[in-house]
Amino acid sequence: MSTTAPTKRNRKEALGPYGRVGQAVGELDDRLGVAKGGRVFLDKIFPDHWSFMLGEISLYSFVVLLATGVFLSLYFVPSSQQVIYHGSYRPLDGQWMSEAYKSTVQISLNVRGGLLVRQMHHWAADIFTGSIIVHMGRIFFTGAFRKPRELNWIIGTTMLILAILEGFIGYSLPDDLISGTGLRIGYSIAESIPFIGSYLVTFLWGGQFPGSGVIIPRFFIIHVLIIPLVLIGLLSAHLGLLVRQKHTQFKGEGRTENNVVGSPMFPTFMAKTTGFLFMVTAATALLGAFAQINPIWQFGSYDASKISYAVQPDWYMGWLDGALRIMPSWELAFWGHTVPLEVFLPAVIFPGIVFQIAIMWPIIERRYTGDLAMHNLLDRPRDRPKRTAFGAAFFAMLFTLFAASSTDVLANFFKVSLNEVLWFFRFAFFIIPIITGLVVYQLCREMQGVHGIGKRKRAVIVRRSAEGEYSTVPAAPRPDDEQHELDPEPVPVRIDIEPLSNGGIRQPESSPTGARQVSR
Amino acid sequence: MPIAALSDPHMGDAAKNPDRTEKIIAFILFLSIVFFGVAGAAYVQNWSPWTFGGALGAGLFALGFGLTAWGKYLMPQGPFVEERHTLASTAEERDSMSAALVERSAVVVKRRKVLGGLFAAGATVFGIVAAFPLIRSLGPLPGTSLETTGWRKGMVLVDSTGRPVRRDTLVVGGIMTVYPRDTVDPQNGFITDEGQAVDQTVLIRVSDQPFTTEPGRENWTPDGYVAYSKLCTHLGCPVGLYEQELELLVCPCHQSMFNVRNGAVPQFGPAPRPLPQMHLGYDDDGYLIAMAPYNQPVGPGFWERNS
Repeated sequence: MSTTAPTKRNRKEALGPYGRVGQAVGELDDRLGVAKGGRVFLDKIFPDHWSFMLGEISLYSFVVLLATGVFLSLYFVPSSQQVIYHGSYRPLDGQWMSEAYKSTVQISLNVRGGLLVRQMHHWAADIFTGSIIVHMGRIFFTGAFRKPRELNWIIGTTMLILAILEGFIGYSLPDDLISGTGLRIGYSIAESIPFIGSYLVTFLWGGQFPGSGVIIPRFFIIHVLIIPLVLIGLLSAHLGLLVRQKHTQFKGEGRTENNVVGSPMFPTFMAKTTGFLFMVTAATALLGAFAQINPIWQFGSYDASKISYAVQPDWYMGWLDGALRIMPSWELAFWGHTVPLEVFLPAVIFPGIVFQIAIMWPIIERRYTGDLAMHNLLDRPRDRPKRTAFGAAFFAMLFTLFAASSTDVLANFFKVSLNEVLWFFRFAFFIIPIITGLVVYQLCREMQGVHGIGKRKRAVIVRRSAEGEYSTVPAAPRPDDEQHELDPEPVPVRIDIEPLSNGGIRQPESSPTGARQVSR
Repeated sequence: MPIAALSDPHMGDAAKNPDRTEKIIAFILFLSIVFFGVAGAAYVQNWSPWTFGGALGAGLFALGFGLTAWGKYLMPQGPFVEERHTLASTAEERDSMSAALVERSAVVVKRRKVLGGLFAAGATVFGIVAAFPLIRSLGPLPGTSLETTGWRKGMVLVDSTGRPVRRDTLVVGGIMTVYPRDTVDPQNGFITDEGQAVDQTVLIRVSDQPFTTEPGRENWTPDGYVAYSKLCTHLGCPVGLYEQELELLVCPCHQSMFNVRNGAVPQFGPAPRPLPQMHLGYDDDGYLIAMAPYNQPVGPGFWERNS
């Protein structure tokens, strides 16, 4: 310690030019060597395009799921022990129900804020699955899955499968009448697998359905620990690969295969994305507050001999339910054995093929095109008509099946016979994807042929001469009409603005190229 | 630091008036504090979930919107550029790694074949042994459990409150769900899981005369009572809807339809087999009973099912 009395000023000077922050960076760097990589990370560039936010929605709804899920786990009782309800909700008074159902009713009606958090959890799960699918669509149609990002596509698709499974299991946990019916169907689907089906179900359920009361506790631990853990692992790998391989970007001014153009991680992207986290949370909170979802106290506890009309699963399982509905009743029986093809084909083989195609798509496409090059610039969907047409047909098929999961409701609504609706969907399953694919392919080809597509239209003035002859003259160009060549710069250490003349208003002329006025 | 793009029509105004933009964002962020305060009050006072959730959502939205707007309008947007460096290593580095892998493992594998084989064998045996606690102990072997129900010869049919079914319980056209007597506790209305999930049977009085559903089942329908397993042969949902005029049982899950007069043969939908029919009769007290267990497994199909 120096002998001179430490004044405020020389204490500050001793810390160096960057003060306490500099000190902390130094201490950390001595031990972990983070300064070099840390600076690179702060400078990481995020391309500015709205479609890059779709994955963020998935990430942030997952954060909401974790937070609300922890709250719910404090009150939920994962037990199928049967008890008689004597709570505050009179219509259920005196009824037999499982502890799981009873505690979910308690969370909904007696725990303060419980209903909001439960509904936020359910909405966030729907948003999670939905945004993953839309995000995947963006990746697919722009070709972002191509080399070097095949592995990240496979990780993402795996996370989608896990998200669907996690959603189904979480949906089953409250043990209400509707989810219990879904669970019964899930049991029968697993049972339909040749050779192993009956072993699979008796092992998992602890006996013939509904088993020995082990399925709820087992599903609980799968739902709150095992799948979330795998998801967090895959998510970390997903983001780690994204940082390592850097973002893709759309073609445009100053953008090449060998750079990334956009705004920096710190502070701009960090502010925007943290704000977005709060806005996604806000969306689930507002939905949870005002849009009722899964009011299980109205459905009653699960009783395997009861059922309600218009039984449908959560939306992301709808395509499987639709496939089950339109499948003909083909059961194979031979040599004392039964293969329930009417279940096994649409509910096991078919989703297996769908997910297999999804996972293997980068490899399938590479084999077809022979394209082994690195790709960091994205495709416009119209520039790859075959891929776009295939993707559109694929989605059209899934959507047709999704619609087929409400055959009974549609028949009722349109006052037509169920038989007609059924046969419509049996044909539609094949025809709609084909038509969609052909139309989309043709649209892509047409769009490729349109001159100046995607660019802003220049207005045209139509003139009529004294002789009655018409002629056109292009209007005067507007400021944004011309493509500007940008000169993007590396992220500077300091960003200073020159003092603005003209009362703080900068003229557009001061930045004729559209590039920022950045000096170091 | 207003560095938003002036040429961008969405951002021009904000960039030209950074002070005004800052004030608006400040107001939005202040609003979030107010909303969170309301949410806190709603929680403490136990106001409606709408107030609590609405205030919470509004506060979160204001907070997020303010921060995002701050980032969008008042922080450096660039465009900045980051060079991509090739991920691949040099050819020498690749060769060096491949060499280490190939040459070192060559030593291991070629010289110590016995050790390698024994290690692989040990790991395999461990895998097999570990499969028992991890998989085999989860539940019982299926055995014949999937092929049997709780119905025995002479078992009395009871409703969900444990009341036995008599000749005059149902009028013609009436329908009810019945269980074996020993699965329902009439004291407290408790039905066992097996009673609900496996033994559930639908009892319909189709007419007031016995009728024949199928050859060989001539005396199965005393007084026009007919009983079928309530488990759909498609996926095991309860066949819970009865279309009285058409005499069809309908499964609400996937719309399989079974004609109750003709042995519940599926008339529509994905169900592949008729619902198993119960041989009904009366006991000495005049209660409806099962004259025999179901003659086939109930519910959906599975590999071991011998049909």
